[in-house]
Amino acid sequence: MAGLSAINPQFLYVCAGIFLFAIGLWGTWLHAHYVRKIISLNVMGAGVFLTLIAVAYRGENLPPDPVPHALVLTGIVVAVSATALALVIIRRLEDATDE
Amino acid sequence: MNLLDGLWGILDLLLVAVLLLLAMAAVLSSDRRRSMMLFIVFGLVLALVWARLHAPDIALAEAAIGAGLGGALLMATLRRDTHQQTDQFPQHPVVLWGAGVLVMVLGTMIAWGLFSVLPTVEQTWRKGAAVDAHLAFSGVSHPVTAVLLNFRAWDTLLELAVLLAAILGIRALGYVRSAYVTEAAFSQLAVWLVPLLILMAGYVLWAGAHSPGGAFQAGALLAGAGILLRLAGYSHAGLPTTRWLVRLGLVAGTGVFLLVGLGLLGWGQGFLHYPVAYAKWWILLIEMLATVSIGMTLTLAFMGGIPQKEAA
Repeated sequence: MAGLSAINPQFLYVCAGIFLFAIGLWGTWLHAHYVRKIISLNVMGAGVFLTLIAVAYRGENLPPDPVPHALVLTGIVVAVSATALALVIIRRLEDATDE
Repeated sequence: MNLLDGLWGILDLLLVAVLLLLAMAAVLSSDRRRSMMLFIVFGLVLALVWARLHAPDIALAEAAIGAGLGGALLMATLRRDTHQQTDQFPQHPVVLWGAGVLVMVLGTMIAWGLFSVLPTVEQTWRKGAAVDAHLAFSGVSHPVTAVLLNFRAWDTLLELAVLLAAILGIRALGYVRSAYVTEAAFSQLAVWLVPLLILMAGYVLWAGAHSPGGAFQAGALLAGAGILLRLAGYSHAGLPTTRWLVRLGLVAGTGVFLLVGLGLLGWGQGFLHYPVAYAKWWILLIEMLATVSIGMTLTLAFMGGIPQKEAA
C-alpha cells in the first residue's frame, strides 16, 4: 500500500465499492416502488462487499485475506434470503390490493 | 512486466466503468423489467470483479446466488397481466439532484475515513496470518472453508438460522400467486440438466475442502435444479410431497450444525471445537446437510413458500 502509484487496484476498487453504496442508497431512498427499493438495496450491499474484498486484496503476489472473503460469502447468502422474504411480502401485498 | 501491469490497469478501469454504469442504469431506468435485467448483468460483471480480486469462492457464489437466484426471485415478482411496468420518480428534479449530491458527500466522507485507517490494517486487524498458522488443524486445506466451518463456525451457524428464519417467514405468508408460466419445452431441458446440476453440486461441495466451493455454492446449484423443475411444470419442483419431509429438510442444516456443536460441548470439547482428527468428517457432514437445506430453502423461496395446488 506504499503510495497510490499509477493505478492502485485496491484504491480503485474501494472507491468503486463506496460509489456503488452511494448510488444504492440514493435509489433505496427515492424510488417509490418496493421492488426498485430492493434492487437498489442490493446494489448498496454489493458496494459494501466490494469494499471489503478490495481491502482483503493484497496485490498480485500475496494471497488475499480469507476472513473478509468468508464474511462476504455469508453476507451474499444473508442478502439473498432477506431479498427473497421481502419479495414474497411484496407479491403478497400486490395480490391483496388486487382482490 | 511493465506492459503487463499496464494491461491490468486498463482491464481494472474497464471493469469498474462497466460495473458502475450498469449499477447506475439499473437504479435509474424507468422500466422495471429492464432494471431487473441490468441488475442480473451487474451481478455477472461483479462475479468477474471477484475473480479479478482473487476471490473465486465469492465469484462462484455471486454468479449462482447473487445474479442467478436473485435474478430468478426478482423476475418472479413481474406480473403476467401487465406488460409495461414503469417507475417514475415522484419527486421534483431538485430533490433528486439534491439527494444525489448528499449521498456523494456521504460517500466521500466514508472514503476519507476508510483511507485514513487503511494503512494500519496490516498491523492491527488483519487475521490472514492466524488463519494460515492454524490451517493444518482445521480439517480442510482451503482457508475460506476453514474460516466458515471451523474458526468462525458460529457465524455460519447463525447464517443458516437466518436462512431458516427467512423461509419460515415466507411460508407464514401463505399462498402467493405465481408470476411465471410453466413451459413444456423446459421438461426436455430438465431431463439432462437436472442430473448434471445435482452432480455438479456434489462436486462443488466436495471440492470446497481444498479449493473454492462449498455448501452455499452447491446449495445454489441444487436450487437451480429445483427452479428448472418448477418451470418445467413439476408443481413440487422435485421436493418431497410429504409435509414433514420438507420441514425436516429445511431444518436439517441448522439442526445438525447445532446438534454437533452441543454434542462436542457435552464431550468436553467446547461448542463447535472439533477434535483435530475428525474435523474433516464433522465439517463434511454439516456441509452436506446444509447444502440440502439451502437448496430446498431457495427453491421454496422462488415458488413463494407454499407449493401451488395446480388444477391441471
